Parts: sequence; structure tokens; C-alpha cells
Amino acid sequence: MAETTTEGTGTIEALSLVPKAEARQSMKDFKSDQEVRWCPGCGDYAILAAVQGFMPELGLAKENIVFVSGIGCSSRFPYYMNTYGMHSIHGRAPAIATGLASSRRDLSVWVVTGDGDALSIGGNHLIHALRRNVNLKILLFNNRIYGLTKGQYSPTSEVGKITKSTPMGSLDAPFNPVSLALGAEASFVARTIDSDRKHLTEVLRQAAAHPGTALIEIYQNCNIFNDGAFEALKDKQSAQEAVIRLEHGRPIRFGADNSRGVVRDRATGDLRVVTVTADNEADILVHDAHAASPTTAFALSRLADPDTLHHTPIGVLRSVERPVYDAQMADQLDTAIEQKGKGDLAALLAGGDTWTVLG
Amino acid sequence: MTSQVSSPAEQADGTVTGEQRKAAGAKDVRRLDRVIIRFAGDSGDGMQLTGDRFTSETASFGNDLSTLPNFPAEIRAPAGTLPGVSSFQLHFADHDILTPGDAPNVLVAMNPAALKANVGDLPRGAEIIVNTDEFTKRAMQKVGYTSSPLEDGSLDGYHLHPVPLTTLTVEALKEFDLTRKEAERSKNMFALGLLSWMYHRPTEGTEKFLTSKFAKKPDIAAANIAAFRAGWNFGETTEDFAVSYEIAPATTAFPVGTYRNISGNLALSYGLVAASRQSDLPLFLGSYPITPASDILHELSKHKNFGVRTFQAEDEIAGIGAALGAAFGGSLAVTTTSGPGVALKSETIGLAVSLELPLLVIDIQRGGPSTGLPTKTEQADLLQAMYGRNGEAPLPVIAPRTPADCFDAALEAARIALTYRTPVMLLSDGYLANGSEPWRIPELDELPDLRVQFTQGPNHTLADGSEVFWPYKRDPQTLARPWAIPGTPGLEHRIGGIEKQDGTGNISYDPANHDFMVRIRQAKIDGVDVPDIEVDDPHGARTLVLGWGSTYGPITAAVRRLRTAGESIAQAHLRHLNPFPKNLGAVLKAYDKVVIPEMNLGQLATLVRAKYLVDAHSYNQVNGMPFKAEQLATALKEAIDG
Repeated sequence: MAETTTEGTGTIEALSLVPKAEARQSMKDFKSDQEVRWCPGCGDYAILAAVQGFMPELGLAKENIVFVSGIGCSSRFPYYMNTYGMHSIHGRAPAIATGLASSRRDLSVWVVTGDGDALSIGGNHLIHALRRNVNLKILLFNNRIYGLTKGQYSPTSEVGKITKSTPMGSLDAPFNPVSLALGAEASFVARTIDSDRKHLTEVLRQAAAHPGTALIEIYQNCNIFNDGAFEALKDKQSAQEAVIRLEHGRPIRFGADNSRGVVRDRATGDLRVVTVTADNEADILVHDAHAASPTTAFALSRLADPDTLHHTPIGVLRSVERPVYDAQMADQLDTAIEQKGKGDLAALLAGGDTWTVLG
Repeated sequence: MTSQVSSPAEQADGTVTGEQRKAAGAKDVRRLDRVIIRFAGDSGDGMQLTGDRFTSETASFGNDLSTLPNFPAEIRAPAGTLPGVSSFQLHFADHDILTPGDAPNVLVAMNPAALKANVGDLPRGAEIIVNTDEFTKRAMQKVGYTSSPLEDGSLDGYHLHPVPLTTLTVEALKEFDLTRKEAERSKNMFALGLLSWMYHRPTEGTEKFLTSKFAKKPDIAAANIAAFRAGWNFGETTEDFAVSYEIAPATTAFPVGTYRNISGNLALSYGLVAASRQSDLPLFLGSYPITPASDILHELSKHKNFGVRTFQAEDEIAGIGAALGAAFGGSLAVTTTSGPGVALKSETIGLAVSLELPLLVIDIQRGGPSTGLPTKTEQADLLQAMYGRNGEAPLPVIAPRTPADCFDAALEAARIALTYRTPVMLLSDGYLANGSEPWRIPELDELPDLRVQFTQGPNHTLADGSEVFWPYKRDPQTLARPWAIPGTPGLEHRIGGIEKQDGTGNISYDPANHDFMVRIRQAKIDGVDVPDIEVDDPHGARTLVLGWGSTYGPITAAVRRLRTAGESIAQAHLRHLNPFPKNLGAVLKAYDKVVIPEMNLGQLATLVRAKYLVDAHSYNQVNGMPFKAEQLATALKEAIDG
């Protein structure tokens, strides 16, 4: 893979408290000395390369970047990044990263997690991180299977999935991570695909610039236990009908010759896919990632068929600004000092009612 | 005299003995050396507030004191029922005391349930003040009184003061624009006024308190103050209360210094703020509300101007997770909880053991298992603290012995965590958390220096001469690993819960390396520097009583009683439960008999027997209440004689 060298722009407001790198960085600067131990052919390699390739663009001092992960194949990610990192325990990375990010605003904190880690055992931490809007960038590698425990179905597996733990087919309905995040008040929600480096990098770029929690669902192929899970989105032919590429401010059109489009059903308010004609062309929905209401983003997230993956929107579904938890926490500390003065321990210990015993 | 037997130090009771004199008015004033008062009522009657205020008055007067709040887990249990009774016991004296007292000399019973639930604890001759307004037929039937205890002679052995507290309060507040129900709510302040008169308590503090508590409702403040004064005046004028009592300040019991009254949870909170200052590290608390630990979260949330960050997490696991993340970033990180929360945090505590980062885990123990008795005390989490994790995951465990000692224990926990880069478990309990006592306020220059050095550069030279940073290269003395926080250039490193190679910290599945790492983590904790245990043994006894945590007060009171009665008994009390003091084995082996009283089924005894092969005897109580000194003295006497 080509190594890119990019100079940081240093203009991203969301990262204004993070020190800048003193010298130009290259992808190599972000590779640790550890041997990468994913299975050959795993989609994780492509994501790692994309992230390592993107990081120099941010131009941040790499000692101020931290990757925190949980447990699972994807959670080995921090070992391969030459930044600070913590490989923690199953599902807890968002909680740990919340403590780190809210106590250290000079850091750029990234969470790497998987569909089992983030949506099963760690579901609670994920939704609460999203609603709090802590300054975290969460990369959710979704391969719709449990890889590290060797192939049980996951909370994003399609109903009826035959696995070792479900020989007659899985019974539970899957989560749609984008819908879930939108329901959890996420301020930034995007979806991308491991094999589309250009798209993945563009989503990372927008996420990094976002103040607050960003959730990026990355469809990732597990070539051992769930190979081809996203083939419908990757095969050039089928992708035409399957993938809806969202771009803010652009009409939502896809398919061969952009012949398909998304319109709002006047009767129900819901969205549906139509073949574009001269009559309905003006009705094609224009994507507004910054809409205050998450309603349309949610409707877009529901277009995808969980079985065939047809009509899967990718790109940034929602990106809105709202108060950032760690900034507000710091503001409260400043306000408390303004109102009460800097803490005086002797005065605190003495309190109000005291008495003195003389010798 | 009451049935209480006590040492000279705890001898007098609140009844009849003592010097008498006439006050300015016509009433007698008697001098006592100590009194035990219990306020009891419905959970909604404000008994905890009343007790707190009486305690504050008593503290500012300069008595030694010890308190025992006792309340149900329900916020408003069904009114007038036995399970709904809430009480507050206060023991105060003109000398050094150790416990909230076994048996009250005075009971204030706001209703029949409060009388019924508490009368059994009273010695004959005790004074009982009852709110007669609440002794209706229905209310008495509700708790099983078939006839009125105020009239049927069943209280003949006591000195009964029937007072229509509700009527008097409503009468006193008739000038105020209040409904009857609103006026009735001030009856606890009327009772407080009466007791304040009886025991010559200063009143300015309570009036000031009421003014500020109800600053936004001046009418309510004024009504409560009026009720409080009416209670005082009632005592002054009514003939039923012919005597008032003086308990002189405990001037000789205390070393020179400035004092205040403090509860265990408040002392612990202040200890954490002090540890932050002394270590020059910002304090980060990750916590989830749980009884009886929540007050620490509340208290620390007030002190943001000390740079304190408090994070109310979505659950117990996130509370400790966020704290651990903050520790990685260089904060003095703390999580506070009770036993059920420790169970949920166990996996993250194990991660902290593996990451070797400083972290304080504060467990305010309560009755268990499971939800158990949320508002009652117990010390049954010791083995959980020691062993409640997967794998070999040792960590230091310490315990405070009194409410005020929680301050020092917090500083000591921080010292160990920061020096050895390890999670430390601090075991307080419900009795210490809510109980209070006078505390000599330390001067800041008495506090320990807890400053740490973050690693700033490479710490290892490779064979080829290059300088590198090894996150698991240990300090040869402490075996602590370096603490290199994000933001330090050149020290970028990755840590995790997977076994690490010695030195480099890289993932390692090598069998010999794992064996080495397990042993060195254990050796680090075993090597924590803890002071020797001191033994109090003035007479060369053959029997030693060993305790830990909040049993210190009752054990010491029992030991005093025994020695006064001519018995020889030695006493030692553990602050450090892991590692034990180095001299503990020798101390135990120097005695023919070792007795260990615990509010569990023998957890310390199990540890001591396993480690030292000493035939330690367990004496146990798990009823949600602290030991009574009298009962312990009897048990220890049997051990001495047996």
C-alpha cells in the first residue's frame, strides 16, 4: 500500500486543545513495532492501513493520541498504532475512554470496538457515551459475527444465522448500529466499508473534525467465519442497487446512471426508494446531515434490508453540534473557581463549627 | 444507677447521680459525665436531622461524642409501622468515649412504633419522652399494643414524660400562615428544643442552620425556629421536667488542637481532596449511586473548585472504568461503592491489577449477600476484597477504624496506590460512614507528601545501545512500574489485560514469563511497606483481642471494662489487611489465645489461621448493628477464662 505523507492543516476546531506535531508525519510514524496478528485476508488490515494513512493529515503530536479498545479481534488495534493505547476488557472501552477524555482535553481519544464488544456486552456504555457527547471517536468494526471466540452469531447477525451456537438458526432480531446510535442521541453517525479506503478516509476526516462523540460503523469482512457478509455492497454489479452514498447537500440518488432515488412518502412521512423519472426528480430527497431532528437520518438508516443489505446508506448520516461533555465538565470547574475561589484545603477541613482545646 | 456496667471512663449514666445545684430559675441542674440519647420516629419524622442537629450542638459545646444513625432502606416506609422506624443514637460525655453506647438513658419516641421498636434496649430507670398525640388506639393497634403502654403500667420501671408534641407544636405555630399538616412537620424541632434545654445545648448553631437550610422559604425557616424555641421554653416552664443536666466539655480528653464533628463519609471525602493536593494530581471520581457510599459522590461534587472531577456513570462498571481511564491519563482516580458494586467492578479491578495503575476502590460495606441490608453495617466484604477476582490478582487492602480515621485511611490508600502503581481497596462500612465523632483538624504541614514522578524519558538501553521506554521495567525497590502518561513524547506505549512480557510489556503467552509475572505482581503487593501493628498490653496478658475496621470502638470499650474489672487482656487493631504488618505473626504467637470479633462469620480469622497457623477464635455478629461493648466484654471474659 502506498505510504502517504500529509501535512496537518491545524485548523480543526474540535482538536484545538491537542498539541500539534512538530515535524511532518508519515504513515510509518503511526506503525508500532508489533507484528500484526490478524488472520491473513482480514478486513481489519485495510482499516488499520486507512487509519495509519489518515493520521498524519491531522498533524497532531502522536503522544497526544490514544487508542482504547475492548476485547475481540478488532480490539487488538491499539497494539499496532504507535500512539498511547489501552487494550482493556470486554465492552468497557467507551467508559474507560470517557474517563480519559473528560480528564485530559489535550488528547485525541479513539475507541476501537466490534459488534459484539460495542453492542452486546458493552451496549450500555456505548449508548451512554453517545448521549453524553464526550469527545471520542468510536470505530465500530461490524463483521456481523463473533470472530475471536470462533464463530458464534453476533447482535448484528441476520435472523436465522447458522453458527456453532445456533445450529438451527439464530432467533434474535439484529441491531442496526446506525439506528441505535441515532436513538441514543448521537451527534455524529456514519457508516463506511473496510474495502473502500477513499470513503473510509473521508468519513474519518469528518469524524475527527466533529466536536463530541462520533460513531463510525465500519462494515468489515471476517474471511474466516463470515466471509462475504458485505459482498452485496462490494461487488461492482450488485453494489449499484445496494449502496446509497450519502453526501450532505446532494440529492440522494444511486443505482446505474443514478436511476434510483429516495423520496418521502407523503402519506406516511417515511422514506422509500423510487426509480427516478422526470416527474419525480424534483421530489428526490436532498441529504441534510446537519438537520436538527434525527428523524430523516433514522428513516434513511431503516432503508437497508438486513438480509440482502439492499439500499444500505453509507457516509455521514448525521453530524450536528451540541454541547460536548468534557468541555462542559471543564467549564464547571472554571465556574466553581470563579464563584468560590481556588480550593483552600485548610478552610475546607476547618468547616464551620469548630472548637479549640487549649493546653 | 441503670443496668449499665462500665469502666470509670464510661461509668456514669444519664439518670440520677451527680452534683446538684439550682439554676437561675427554680429548676434543679444536675451534672453528669455522660448521656446516651436516642431519637426515634417514623422515617418521615426527621429523626436523622434532629439527631444531626443535636450532635452539632453537642460538638460545638466540646463534648466527646459518638453517633449511630439507624434507618430503614425505604425512603418513606409505611407510616406508623415497626419497619418504618428511624432512629439516631448519640452518646456524649465530658471524657473520652469510644462507642455510641449500648443502652440509651433517654428515648424520644415520636409514635407507638418508635416506642415499641426501642423500649427493649432501655435499661430500667431510663427516661422516655413520648409524643402522646400519636398514641391513638389505631396507631397502637397497628404495632400490636392491645392497651396503652402509657397507662397500663408496662412502663412503670421507667421515668415517663408524656408530652403532646404535635399539639404543642401546632399551638406554637398558630401565628404562622401554615396548614395544620405543615405545622405538624416542625414537631421534630420542638423535640430538639426540649432536649436542647434538658442538656443545656447551645442553640445558635441550629437557628443558623434552619435559616440557611430554608433560605428560599423564610416562612418555613421562621416556623421551625419558633417550634425549636417553643420546645426549649416548654422544658423551662413545664413542671414535668423538673431537672436539667450539664455535661461539661471534654477538655482533658482531647489533645490540644482545633476540633470539629465529622462523619466517616465526610472524613473520607476530605481525605481524598487532601490526597489530591498532597500528590499534586487532579482528583477524578467515577461512581454510581449506592447506599451507603453515595454521600462521598455528593460531597466531592461540591468541590469542583479544587479541580475535582466527579462522574456519575451509567453503572458501577463504567464508574470504575472511567476512573481507570483517568488514572491512565495521570489523575488520582477513585471509585466509590458498596459490596454489590464491588462485585460488578471486579473485572475492572483485575484489569487495574494487570495494568498496574494507581486506583482507589472505596467499599462502604453494608449487610449482604446480594442487596442484603443496604442501610445496615457489616464487614463481610473482606474476602471479596482479598480474593474476589479471576486469576491471581492481589491488591492492598486497608480499613479505617473510626469515622474520623477515614481521613487518614484515604491518604494512606493514596500513598500505597501511587507508590506501588496498584489498585487499593479501602473497606469502610455503614457504621463508620454515617456515624460521627470529634476530629482534630490537622495542620496542612502534618499531611504526608504524596508527590509522584511521571516518567519523562527512556528507561532502558537495548543491546545495540538504543534508548527505549519499557512500560513494565520495575523500580527495584518497590517493584512498581513506570507511570508514563499520554502527552509525554517518545514514551508512546500500549498496555492491556493480556499477559505482558516482563519489561517490554508486549503481549506474551510464554509459560515461564506468565509464571514470573504472576509471582512478581504478588511480590510487589507482599512488599508494600506497612507499619508494624502496635499491641496495647499494659499487664502482660495471655489473651489477645485482634480486630479490624469499625469494631475498634466497641472492642476498645470492652477492653477498658475488662481491665477495670481487674482482667488482663491485650488488644491490637489492624489497619492493613493486605499485606499484614510484618510483625503480626510474632504478635499472634506471643499469646496463648487470640480472639477476633468481626461483623461477619470469621473472615479475618480465616486469613489469620491460614497464614500463621494460629488457632484464632472467632466471635461473630451479623445483625446489621455494631457490637455492644457490654456483650463483647462478656465474650472476651469467657475467652480469658475458657
